[in-house]
Amino acid sequence: MIQVEKVTKRYGDRTAVSSLSFEVNKGEILGFLGPNGAGKTTMMRILSCYLSPTLGTARVAGFDVIRQPREVKSQIGYLPENPPLYREMTVDRFLDFVGRIRGIPSRDLRGRIGKVVERCGLGAVQHRLIGNLSKGFQQRVGLAQAIIHEPPVLILDEPTIGLDPVQITEIRSLIRSLGGNHTVILSTHILPEVQKICGRVVIIHEGKLVAVDTQAGLAARLRKNDQISLLVARDQPEIGSRLESLPGVLSVCPREKVPGGYTVETDLRKDLREEVARMAVERNWGVLEIARVSLSLEEIFIRLTREEETQK
Amino acid sequence: MKNALTIMWREFRAYFGSPLGYIVSGVYFFLVGLVFYRVLIGFSNICLQSANNPYYLQQLNVNEWVVRPFFGLTRFIFLLMIPALTMRLFAEEKKNGTAELLLTAPISHMELVVGKFLGGLSMVMFLLGLSLLFPAILFWVGNPDLPPILTGFLGMVLLGASFVAIGLLASSLTDNQVIAALSSFGMIFLLWLISWVTGQVNPLLGNVLSYLSLIDHLEDFEKGVISSTHVIYYLSVIGFCLFLTQRVIESKRWR
Repeated sequence: MIQVEKVTKRYGDRTAVSSLSFEVNKGEILGFLGPNGAGKTTMMRILSCYLSPTLGTARVAGFDVIRQPREVKSQIGYLPENPPLYREMTVDRFLDFVGRIRGIPSRDLRGRIGKVVERCGLGAVQHRLIGNLSKGFQQRVGLAQAIIHEPPVLILDEPTIGLDPVQITEIRSLIRSLGGNHTVILSTHILPEVQKICGRVVIIHEGKLVAVDTQAGLAARLRKNDQISLLVARDQPEIGSRLESLPGVLSVCPREKVPGGYTVETDLRKDLREEVARMAVERNWGVLEIARVSLSLEEIFIRLTREEETQK
Repeated sequence: MKNALTIMWREFRAYFGSPLGYIVSGVYFFLVGLVFYRVLIGFSNICLQSANNPYYLQQLNVNEWVVRPFFGLTRFIFLLMIPALTMRLFAEEKKNGTAELLLTAPISHMELVVGKFLGGLSMVMFLLGLSLLFPAILFWVGNPDLPPILTGFLGMVLLGASFVAIGLLASSLTDNQVIAALSSFGMIFLLWLISWVTGQVNPLLGNVLSYLSLIDHLEDFEKGVISSTHVIYYLSVIGFCLFLTQRVIESKRWR
């Protein structure tokens, strides 16, 4: 649905995005991840035809962003970082205006507005002035203007920024419900958001592509050894040396601030949980928990962006 | 074209969604009313003074003594008011981020520019339309000639539209409304004053400068003449400014 080919964007002599390539499939929710200033917003603006790339090109639903901007624009719904709202308009008037410039025929307009108001939970505020709404409701109006014309592609730039936890959960489930019918690109610097919503992740750092994969794929690629976490009821000094004597165990370190907690590093792709459990039972340590640790997205993210830096 | 009208309609409403529309109309009507009162009182004094001189009395003419000065002074009020109306057209959108909404909607940049222009013009038409009330009073108390009033009004529409086009261009160049207002005021005033120097330079350059002056073209309209030269002049000022504005908006994408 979206193909990005070697897109570079320079502002003067500052390069915001450099030679970025990736693809988004139909119906997919793709997370666009990077620290602040990594070039996320620039990339979103290029895809929405607000900016043109300096080099390279991108195609949205088969249309080229440089040569066919109008066609691209008719395929997308876009929520910029700051929701573009006219503060002096009421919610329904605003949605009416957006619907018209997005090319919804007048006879369908009322129905579409009703639908999107219900979907975004704006029923109670639809006759109020946008400027008087809370940030959470404004964000929802922003989302409503992006989906009112039911676009095949949705580009959301930090959709949950500045919301309270309850609102965040609501917006996320709304976005999740959009997947399948819509192709969604979602940029964020909040990692749990990606974990909860997105199928695949694109990680960029200082304008460069660092990784594109599913979260599990990224974790597998980065992992140099496996880890097991162990929690026992009766902590004993012998535990460390005993575990290290098991074949395949590389190191054992006690977890900070957790009495009886240990992290056992083992050879890659060797599941030693059974052996560890057996030993703990034989020694009567009192196993409370035993689990394989997979890399969290936070760790993946930090490792990837750090690797980039050390390679320089 | 439908998109341009949608944008125009939103712009017109936006003026009355904020204090700006009310303040500009309030100040405008106060000043125009004052001007009209002054001009009318002046005329009636002259009539009284020349009451015992039938020859003079015959020379006095409402159109010449009231309508023309009235339009002439209203132009000055336009010069002050229109930059205040046009300053927000693009500058505010850029500042609030709503430019991103308009520029990522499937409408052409020309439709956007024309819509904005018509939005500003609709407000000017609103002001002008209501200020027709004053010449209407003349019909109630006197017997003025209608055609010069109508052509003078047409001249004001064209002048106002040119001011709006210049203001729109200024607004597209910045995201600061004060800068937009001041620079459009400067541009309009420059094109206004250009006619002052026409006497001092050689005749050829003088003619060119006089042709460029926004004000010299109004004279015929106020005398009751519609000449295509002047209509074309105003239409080309408008067309040129809209074209430049469209280029400015277009170029934003490539920066």
